[in-house]
Amino acid sequence: MKLFGYRVPMMASLIVWCAIWELVGRSGALFLIPPLSDVLVAAVALVQTGTWQAAAITTLNSFLVGMALAILVGVAIGVLMGRSVAADNLLGIWVNIFVSAPLSALVPVLMILFGMGETTVVVTVFLFAVWIIVLDTRAGIQGVPPSLIEMGRSYGASRFALYFRIILLSALPEILAGIRLGVIRGVKGVVIGQLLVSILGYGELFELYSRNFDMENFWALTIILFAAAMLLSGLIESLEKRVDYYAGVR
Amino acid sequence: MRNITAQATAAATRLAGSDVAVEVRGISKLYSEVEALRAIDLDFPRGKLTTLLGPSGCGKTTLLKIIAGLIPATAGEIRVNGQVVTGPGPERAFVFQDFALMPWATVMRNVAFGLELKGMGRDERQAIAAKYIAEVGLTGFESKYPHELSGGMRQRVGLARAFAVNADVLLLDEPFSAVDEQNRRKFQEDLLSLVEKEKKTFIFVTHSIEEAVYCSDRIVILSRRPGRISQIIEPEIDRSASPDAIRRDQSYLDTVEEIWQGLKRYVD
Amino acid sequence: MSLPLHVKGSPRALPSTEASFLWRKLSEHRTALWRTASIGLFFLVWEIAGRVPISFAFPTFLETLRAFLTMLFNGAFVAAYAQTLQPLVIGIAISAVVGVGVGIVMGLSRFAEWLVAPVFIVLQAAPMAALIPLITFVYGIGLMAKTLAVIMLALPVIALNGYKAVRNANPSLVAMCVSFQGTRWQRITKIIIPDASPVIFAGLRLGLAAGFIGVILAELLITPTGIGDLITYHRSVADYPEMYAAVVSIILVSTLTLAALEAFELRVLRPEKRRT
Ligand SMILES: Nc1ncnc2c1ncn2[C@@H]1O[C@H](COP(=O)(O)OP(=O)(O)OP(=O)(O)O)[C@@H](O)[C@H]1O
Ligand SMILES: [Mg+2]
Repeated sequence: MKLFGYRVPMMASLIVWCAIWELVGRSGALFLIPPLSDVLVAAVALVQTGTWQAAAITTLNSFLVGMALAILVGVAIGVLMGRSVAADNLLGIWVNIFVSAPLSALVPVLMILFGMGETTVVVTVFLFAVWIIVLDTRAGIQGVPPSLIEMGRSYGASRFALYFRIILLSALPEILAGIRLGVIRGVKGVVIGQLLVSILGYGELFELYSRNFDMENFWALTIILFAAAMLLSGLIESLEKRVDYYAGVR
Repeated sequence: MRNITAQATAAATRLAGSDVAVEVRGISKLYSEVEALRAIDLDFPRGKLTTLLGPSGCGKTTLLKIIAGLIPATAGEIRVNGQVVTGPGPERAFVFQDFALMPWATVMRNVAFGLELKGMGRDERQAIAAKYIAEVGLTGFESKYPHELSGGMRQRVGLARAFAVNADVLLLDEPFSAVDEQNRRKFQEDLLSLVEKEKKTFIFVTHSIEEAVYCSDRIVILSRRPGRISQIIEPEIDRSASPDAIRRDQSYLDTVEEIWQGLKRYVD
Repeated sequence: MSLPLHVKGSPRALPSTEASFLWRKLSEHRTALWRTASIGLFFLVWEIAGRVPISFAFPTFLETLRAFLTMLFNGAFVAAYAQTLQPLVIGIAISAVVGVGVGIVMGLSRFAEWLVAPVFIVLQAAPMAALIPLITFVYGIGLMAKTLAVIMLALPVIALNGYKAVRNANPSLVAMCVSFQGTRWQRITKIIIPDASPVIFAGLRLGLAAGFIGVILAELLITPTGIGDLITYHRSVADYPEMYAAVVSIILVSTLTLAALEAFELRVLRPEKRRT
């Protein structure tokens, strides 16, 4: 948007919303919404506590392990489906079902299979993230121009080189897009998993603060979480931009 | 062939006495940093087909869109039938390079769309649309959707839509660039007979020298950006001959060659 | 999915015409065959894994199927879905109206875009589920709470898709409408919205998928009712086949609903994708 001839950056409007939040909080009309400044003060205090640090480490750990698995498995299955028609036909339906299924219903099943611990959260993250990575990788692999593969063959590329030097690199823009979407879903997965298990990491703290009506800390927790989620997806987006230049000229 | 050379341009761009449909007066266009057009003065004779030819990025589309009233000029003015242009008007119709057909509408609705926007009743506009669908040779395709047609047929729909609003001036931006070569030739021949029949003023942008010489009464060659008029050529070709005879005609070939010699220096 | 398949062994290799007829019949239904094979294989693996068993809490496919059919006919599902689908439908309807409306306004007005789009961008990327415990404070554990959970998860994606669809409406079609002197209103109703509707509709599907997650989450976390309660209850009494059947049923319902929406979209909104 332009104001007096200057371009106002898009995200600047969030400042407006923060101001509104502050005003609503100060007015005290909604006890659920304390002033933003109080929340920020609480956030600064919160990150210095051992409880938060322990919770953050648990959460981060589950998230990273689950995501790493999802990326490895997702890319592998995606490549398989992109290159083999039989695999595509056998797995296609299931991937398409699970990519949009209400996976939150599966968490109770995971809880009895994997116990009320971190494993369940890791599996939840994995299940939330993996399907979209599979789908995007598959699309990327199927989009690799056949002439590029023929080029590799005609210059005598080994099977290994063909996959790692040509096919995967050529599909990289789509794979990264899939990973970014997977990360966003993975963050939701880790939160949903921990909320349902409710004795772990961030989920435990959310439980605790909402039960005690400790709204400053509740919102502080939420803001840190949201900021981390945005930061993560922004990071991958900037990585994506660095490979996007060749998406057009493949 | 009549070659109105660069030195004589200033005088010749204004067609003293003869009937002028579109007057371009001192048009310049700046896109923030980029200077696309510089001080263009040009007249387009009524009932004739004039082609704008020039290197890529020289501002042909820009000039055509300014005439259409789709984008404002930085300086200068356009007059159509003596009236100053301030925006799109009923006396002009545009044919788009990418066809600009609505994928959710049938051929019939696409062709009648200009009339639909004017608020004309359904039966009336469909009757008019049907006439022009027939004229461009698409009878039987009225209830098909654009995706069911070939590129050439889609552009015929675009052309019929422009005819249907009964504008005096038709503006065509590379109408055949997305049409394959064989259909393109057929289409060029059909276009010539439509020019003959409809007695409208055509302003036509193309990249193809052959197409320009084959179709045009007048060819305006623009220089590299910022676009200025570098040459105006009137290929005096006997159009009563058969298309194949024209394409082998010596004067046709000479004109193509002459234009190529002029444009060669712009190619990098 | 209509992917070109490699035909294994050319039809010419079959000597009799009868065999080639059979082959033609088979390849006509190739997609359906693959689908059946895929589903069959999945159930087979499930059955084997259940018989091993990989866990005491992992029933076989047949046990689950039996539980599923029992619950289908004894009314357990009907009662549960009556409770689950009500907030879902209300929530999605509200999200659809508000989301599509806000999305279109954001797409049309630079100011609205500047003011509102960032909020929805944040809400869509962030784990909104974290806020679900908060709902209970204000709206208790009734229908309202569940509806709100659905809206919280579904609204951002619907609004953002509407916004993107309108903002990216084909500029050449818009120019076409302008060149034929269409008014601003005609431009919006005759070009921009029809052009945007497939993407808007895709947003509705994503919103519905998110709404399913939201309603289940609300039922598991805050209000033990409906299908969520069915899952929790059978888990607590260790009726694993019934519990799995309930989970399968909700995945089935959401998948079928989404597929139906997609089919509707193809039939109504996209003549260019319809097979003729
Ligand atoms: N909206 C715009 N903003 C900035 N620059 C533009 C814009 N549209 C066109 N230009 C620039 O103005 C110049 C003229 O563009 P225009 O499209 O008129 O050229 P053209 O002669 O039609 O080219 P082509 O033969 O490739 O179609 C080009 O250099 C182009 O990059
Ligand atoms: Mg152009």
